[in-house]
Amino acid sequence: MAIKILGMGCPNCNKLEKNVREAVKEAGIDVTIEKVEDLKEIMKYGVMKTPALVVNEEVKAVGKVLKVNEIKKYL
Amino acid sequence: MFIWLDRLMQLLVEKIFGISMDTRLGSSVHFFFYDTIKIIILLGIMIFAISYIRSYFPPERTKKILEKVHGVKGNILGSLLGIVTPFCSCSSIPIFIGFVEAGVPLGVTFSFLITSPIVNEAAFAILLASFGWKIAVIYVATGVIVGIVGGIIIGSLHMEKEVEEYVYQMQMGETEIQELSPKERAQFAWDNVKQIVGRIWIYLLIGIGIGALIHGWAPASVLAKYAGPHNPFAVLVAVVLGIPLYSNALGTIPIAEALINKGVGIGTALAFMMAVTALSLPEMILLRKVIKPKLIGVFVAITGVAIILVGYMFNAIAHLII
Repeated sequence: MAIKILGMGCPNCNKLEKNVREAVKEAGIDVTIEKVEDLKEIMKYGVMKTPALVVNEEVKAVGKVLKVNEIKKYL
Repeated sequence: MFIWLDRLMQLLVEKIFGISMDTRLGSSVHFFFYDTIKIIILLGIMIFAISYIRSYFPPERTKKILEKVHGVKGNILGSLLGIVTPFCSCSSIPIFIGFVEAGVPLGVTFSFLITSPIVNEAAFAILLASFGWKIAVIYVATGVIVGIVGGIIIGSLHMEKEVEEYVYQMQMGETEIQELSPKERAQFAWDNVKQIVGRIWIYLLIGIGIGALIHGWAPASVLAKYAGPHNPFAVLVAVVLGIPLYSNALGTIPIAEALINKGVGIGTALAFMMAVTALSLPEMILLRKVIKPKLIGVFVAITGVAIILVGYMFNAIAHLII
């Protein structure tokens, strides 16, 4: 499983990353987490609000900081 | 609407604190508690209601709507959608690129970008709390007009070359627009209330505190002389002062309320608020990533002049609306 966090380094993007890491740790599964900060890459996903959460190349959430238990649903 | 609160706070000041309302201290303390509670109530209600409506207009949908209209109609629609589309400065770059990539004209994109920060729910709620619904509604209407006119002028200057080349080469993917259930919309709205109030409460309290001091102590005659509606430079100075401040400076509105009670022009206060929200330094630094300095200069100049005109207009007609 591969998770990407899209965002150009705004405070909310960092919060989302932190929540994702925590959710993955709690779930105890093997996931690669990547932070995408390059604007061109972000735009490829058609995302206009950051942060966004991409799970296995599919955009799951846009423009909001998901909570840890919300992220777990996608794992 | 808030007479009950006014009375309640008078009781608090006189019976519980034991300070007479006729003293400066009593009047300041009353202003502080009354304003704080009133603004918190209105902020909560307004942000929730407007965010709920906003959940129907994610930027992806706004883009799809704007792709189809042209000319002045596009500017009007762009400016109106600026009210309802959720917007924070961290999204202005992706939104700008998304619009340009979709073929939305530059002028229409700017109509959206100008109105979006000026007309926001927090500003509306605080204006409502401080000055009543008439001023709040007029503020929204003039914000929309500033966006329309600013966008039309920028569009007519044909400055497409002043956008960084890479923006035109961007390939934007398609995402599905998620349909939300009423429960999810309510959740979105409630999250927004928490986020916005969490971001601005401290500034509000500071603002209300300073407002309370002015309310009790500032000499009205001096303020009216220097910042009153008849000083032609007051609006200009207010706008220039507003540029380096960011939207957290919404806390300045209670200060403005106290100042207006002391004779400062209402147009001066509104112009200051618009300048704080529409012309922020952090926003310009972000926009520099996608547009060249010349266009940023044009954007600041046009928006700034429009806001100054709004300020003078309000000062001139203030006696009709208050």
